[in-house]
Amino acid sequence: MKMAVCLKQVPARDAVLRLNSDSTWVREDDVSFEINEPDIYALEEALRLKEKQGGEVVVCTLGPERAAQALKEALAKGADRAMHLHDPAFQNLDAYATARALAAAIRQAAPDLVLTGLQADDDGFAQTGVILAEMLSWDHSTIIMEIQAQERALKVKRELEGGWFQWIEIPLPAVLTIQSGINKPRYATLKGILAAKTKPLQRLGWKELGLDEESLKPHQKITKVFTPPKSGKVEWLEGTPREVAQRLADKLKNEARVI
Amino acid sequence: MTILPLTTLTDEERLFQAAAREFAEKEIRPHVSAMDRDGIFRRDLIAKFFEQGFMGIEIPEAYGGSGGSFFMAITAVEEFSRVDASAGVVIDVQNTLVANALLRWGNEVQKRAFLPRLARDTVGAYALSEAGSGSDAFALQTQSREDGNDYVLNGRKLWITNAQEAGLFIIFATIDRSLGYKGITAFLVDRATPGFTVGKKEDKLGIRASSTCELILDGCRVPRDNILGEIGKGYKVAIETLNEGRIGIAAQMTGLATGALEQALRYAKERKQFGEPIAEFQAIQFQLARLATDVEAARLMTYNAARLKDAGKPFLKEAAMAKYFCSQVAERVASECVEVFGGYGFTKDYPAEKYLRDAKIGKIYEGTSFMQLQTIAKFLLGSS
Repeated sequence: MKMAVCLKQVPARDAVLRLNSDSTWVREDDVSFEINEPDIYALEEALRLKEKQGGEVVVCTLGPERAAQALKEALAKGADRAMHLHDPAFQNLDAYATARALAAAIRQAAPDLVLTGLQADDDGFAQTGVILAEMLSWDHSTIIMEIQAQERALKVKRELEGGWFQWIEIPLPAVLTIQSGINKPRYATLKGILAAKTKPLQRLGWKELGLDEESLKPHQKITKVFTPPKSGKVEWLEGTPREVAQRLADKLKNEARVI
Repeated sequence: MTILPLTTLTDEERLFQAAAREFAEKEIRPHVSAMDRDGIFRRDLIAKFFEQGFMGIEIPEAYGGSGGSFFMAITAVEEFSRVDASAGVVIDVQNTLVANALLRWGNEVQKRAFLPRLARDTVGAYALSEAGSGSDAFALQTQSREDGNDYVLNGRKLWITNAQEAGLFIIFATIDRSLGYKGITAFLVDRATPGFTVGKKEDKLGIRASSTCELILDGCRVPRDNILGEIGKGYKVAIETLNEGRIGIAAQMTGLATGALEQALRYAKERKQFGEPIAEFQAIQFQLARLATDVEAARLMTYNAARLKDAGKPFLKEAAMAKYFCSQVAERVASECVEVFGGYGFTKDYPAEKYLRDAKIGKIYEGTSFMQLQTIAKFLLGSS
């Protein structure tokens, strides 16, 4: 099976984030970047499918120069080749335009299956994967926790709310958005890192992808990014210890959403 | 020629460093405290070191290794030691001493026989020291007597790192004590050899998880083919291997110091006294700034020595300086890390005291600080 994995390079989880001067994004000069966590799981799942039944894994990202690092890491982990969508015209794309550019690249790679993380750790839109599927006119399924390959179809397990799961069958070609925790991602080995040097890393601009400026026009725009204001709200819970504990647990779970 | 900053890494080095760090954080970190307490290095962890290629970094792919550089080996030692200096020394001895000696001195038959094992599943150990010969290494007493096509080894080795887990030992013995250093010969000895026993394991102050044992050789018969290098040239094998090993220890101490500093920084931001985090006090800020400067200098010295070695340039003086300096830095940073933690730092409930205990060995093994100073002085005064 030929697979493509779409991944995004995002600020590292332990990065100290500061806002840029016009408060529309973080100051990228200060932070180190890494592969978006759910995308790492998507890559791992593709590599496992390949190991089980053969095929090819193409990794694909849209981003500036630095994003090539993410592709090299994916190649080091075992992907066969990489496509880097890199063009001055690709700055500040929204999910729609990103998906449009990715769709053009995916058509060139012509895989049977596209895997991507269910959302990005930085903007958390969870849009790119599903819009990509629509643009390709392929079936898609989201928040995938298990994949079983069958003849020209897949059986996949979706995560629903409240601890529920759902098994569905999906024909190929398809796009799946992968949930973190579906597998245990591998570490890049030194052998893999050194082998990655000779793997193809293709760089594609909007012209090579057959895109026009119109198709990259954003449909949405970030107007302001801010840190949540700290508030000093205090609430006294009264009652027996059991009642207080129950209400506290309820508040932490459903209001504060921290447990 | 473009001159790059010393800390510039190639894409491959950066990816490997990141992989080593991630591996150390996720696989080693959860076990550090228990392994230190119990004085046992988990076998399943060593198996993972092999699986990920950390045990044969410089061994060429043709012999089953990863085909990396010396600098990469140093990077892995540093990253492991940032989390646990015991884990650091396990891969350090394997890569910078045992595999290194075989690559440098082994003949083709020996390389084919032993390097794939070292890369795949066999821990190696390097046995030079004895009860009566530490810094005076070539006063060693272990004897090797020629007997037909074999050599028969008798004697005892002491303080042998990794011995508990090792399957292959490089053992230094003398064919004739009256020849002095010119009698010393290096032998490749399999653990299963009759007459070879791993003896008492030391209960140590620091790097407690890493095993340090006595070896007992009692009529241990080793085939002539297992002589590493030439008869009577074991002193060269020992000296030249240890020259590179020193950079490994410098990397271990740099990693340890980095880990200790990170702990101190985190705690200084959390711990409140007089109504504010202690990191707000200039005294603590200056203390941390001094330590960070020390760590930076240690890293630069280590990287420079490793880069010199990879470039095939002379590195002996720089290696001795790096080991001498980095072991001092590690002890100082670890000690002040305990102070930043205050009373908590003195207890085993916090990570600070372990760094201090682990740092102490840096000034002792693979050539004491005095032996490093002697090497440096010889270069300065031209009396080598």
